Amino acid sequence: MMAELTKTVEPLKITDPILDIDGLHLYYGNKEALRHISLALPRKRVTAFIGPSGCGKSTLLRCFNRMNDLIEGIHVIGTIKLDGEDINAPDIDVIQLRRRVGMVFQKYNPFPKSIYENVVYGLRIAGVKNHTILDETVEKSLRAAALWDEVKDRLRESALRLSGGQMQRLCIARAIAVQPDIILMDEPCSALDPIATSHIEDLIDELKQEYTVIIVTHNMQQAARVSDYTAFLYLGELIEFDETNKMFTAPSKKKTQDYITGRFG
Amino acid sequence: MIREQSSEHVSLPTQHRRGTTGEPLVWLTAMGLTIGLLMVVYLIGLIVVNGLTAFWATPVAQIELYEGSKAGINDSRQFGGKIVKVQQKATQGDGTRDQSEWQVLVGNKDAYGFGFKYLDRADIANVSYPADVMLIERLEYGDAIGMPVALQIKGEGTIPATDAEFTTRLQSLVTAVNQRREAIKRIEKKDIGRINAKMDALRLQQRALERAQPPGTSVPAAQLQPLQDAMAALQAAYEVLAQRASDLRGQQNDHGLTYRLITGEERRLALGQIVQVSFPNQLNIWQRVGLFLHNVWVFLSQEPREANTEGGVFPAIFGTFVMTLLMSLAVTPFGVLAALYLREYAKQGLIVRTVRIAVNNLAGVPSIVFGVFGLGFFVYLVGGTIDQFFFSTALPTPTFGTGGIMWAALTLALMTVPVVIVATEEALAAVPRGTREGSLACGASKWQTIQRVVLPAAAPGILTGLILAMARGAGEVAPLMLVGVVKLAPTLPVDGLFPFVHLDRKFMHLGFHIYDLGFQSPDADAAQPMVFATTLLLIMLIIVLNIGAIWVRDRLRKKYAMGAF
Repeated sequence: MMAELTKTVEPLKITDPILDIDGLHLYYGNKEALRHISLALPRKRVTAFIGPSGCGKSTLLRCFNRMNDLIEGIHVIGTIKLDGEDINAPDIDVIQLRRRVGMVFQKYNPFPKSIYENVVYGLRIAGVKNHTILDETVEKSLRAAALWDEVKDRLRESALRLSGGQMQRLCIARAIAVQPDIILMDEPCSALDPIATSHIEDLIDELKQEYTVIIVTHNMQQAARVSDYTAFLYLGELIEFDETNKMFTAPSKKKTQDYITGRFG
Repeated sequence: MIREQSSEHVSLPTQHRRGTTGEPLVWLTAMGLTIGLLMVVYLIGLIVVNGLTAFWATPVAQIELYEGSKAGINDSRQFGGKIVKVQQKATQGDGTRDQSEWQVLVGNKDAYGFGFKYLDRADIANVSYPADVMLIERLEYGDAIGMPVALQIKGEGTIPATDAEFTTRLQSLVTAVNQRREAIKRIEKKDIGRINAKMDALRLQQRALERAQPPGTSVPAAQLQPLQDAMAALQAAYEVLAQRASDLRGQQNDHGLTYRLITGEERRLALGQIVQVSFPNQLNIWQRVGLFLHNVWVFLSQEPREANTEGGVFPAIFGTFVMTLLMSLAVTPFGVLAALYLREYAKQGLIVRTVRIAVNNLAGVPSIVFGVFGLGFFVYLVGGTIDQFFFSTALPTPTFGTGGIMWAALTLALMTVPVVIVATEEALAAVPRGTREGSLACGASKWQTIQRVVLPAAAPGILTGLILAMARGAGEVAPLMLVGVVKLAPTLPVDGLFPFVHLDRKFMHLGFHIYDLGFQSPDADAAQPMVFATTLLLIMLIIVLNIGAIWVRDRLRKKYAMGAF
């Protein structure tokens, strides 16, 4: 699989991107964590961010729903356009943004409430009170998250009694209950055993029919299995972005080649 | 990397190894814990034993002294009493005489002038327990001890003590007397009390009218007439009730009981003065247990008599309970909101750190200082201002400008607020970051996250803070003495008269009751059993409050299934 390493590359054309990142720089105080990222992410596809630890993939992911706002001392330059609107503009309603861009975290974090209440949390805080709508949403989301059959008899039990894989799927159900446009997944399987991992990977395959999925993973094989497009980041810079099978069989940059073949990690 | 083997093989010293396992430290720490536990057990045991013996029916002895002994009462060598204490004399003896002395409750304070007597064991010739000696609990002068002689029943004549019916008649008449006393109390407290409250309100209205007039003129008759009519109607109702009470009171003294003291004198007692009659040397074990339970019930449900040395402590229990409840209601919102702001909203910097230090130090301020602050700020400043604006017609008698249950509760709430703030902050910090992030990622605002996820998860820890605050507040006495506790309160802070919760009333408190009994009682010996019994009760009340709060916290923990608190 030794590819020809060409210097000039045809940039990948994404038509109608859902997220358009242009010239993004991110600073932790004085330290530059992300350097000049320019990227267009395709709609209703799975995109994976790969790269060694500390390269900025999670930081970049958290820019998309402005979760980095929670950290003191973060400074962002550049634009991120969601369907044409810059989400870093000062007049953006962050709450609305987070309803359109949902997130599933590395360590599953269900609330200490019942399974039902976990799933409808997003709806309740948006003001939905109608029981019928809530019940229907619970069933729909849990089915979409492939959890319905396992929990349909114990919706009112505490969510903390579920297994790790079930809790992560519950978090996915919670994220899709508000009908987001994008689902961000930050290493969703790193805390799970292989069987639960394969369940989630099957789930991601189904989810992309309705939602755009962006997944950060340190597991290259997972990226190869699950994603349609892959972006490789290294030390805060975007090295390469391409269709997954092209990236893994014939990468354009040497760094990508070295990483994929395991010369460094 | 391969190490060079040294030519000599050095073995580790085994002696040294045994010393480092730390076993002596395990023993040392275990001993420390054991000593602490033993001290607590001893303290509780002492209080329980002394407290419960106050209710147990001990037998009454007839004591005969030696010929020529000077220790008799009223020139008699024989007298009766309960042996309350046996102890060694403090003075040096010559080794020949028995050095122990007895304290005897002889009762009959109206006849002897004293109720307790110390005796040298060596003076006592004979101790017997006559079967028919009687113990009479009275409204005044404490207990009476004597032999029954006869019952004088109005309209029927005399029934001597030797008669078969004597005991049953006596007990049924005493029951009737007690019931009539309850009825009199009900008329006076409830019915007449209601009329008095209405008359007070009318009087205040009249005063308001008079004050509203320009000086020199008097209130026109048209305005005054309805008030005076109402007053007259109330006065008439009062007369009727007062007459009924007076009739009942007269009936109390219809019958009488004659009894003979063991020293020889005969005395007569109107039955209306009797609370309870028992024959302590005739009781079998079940009757003793029944009497014990009855005495405990009286202690818990009755009002005190005889400068708090007799009767029960119900008003003090009620006052302590209501005050602790009000204090908890005041401290929880302030403490939790303050901690929320400090932890969640305030920018963490020098000012916030200073505030936190100040709050922590507030917990170390002596409680009497809080009492003085409460007096100056709450009672005089705030209370005085409230009086001027809302209760000016009652002035110069202060309504809120004097100590009361509300000011006491607020003062103690101020004292315990640091505990709640610290516990709440710890509980909030223990909520995992992932939970907060999960909520925010769903599109919740910061306040929604706090209200729906963080606070419920922190609830067990907040309750821990509340438990600690309640335990501390319920036991403090010094600040209360300045802001509203009294030795004897005629009314309860919560009763049936509108507005039902009287925040301006003074109240009684168990802790202060113990202090009052122990140090300000005219008869220290008579008060001593009550001191222990009240202490036991206070400890049990705090234990019950704590167990209740722990139970609520456990249920919350199970519901939210979260770790640390």
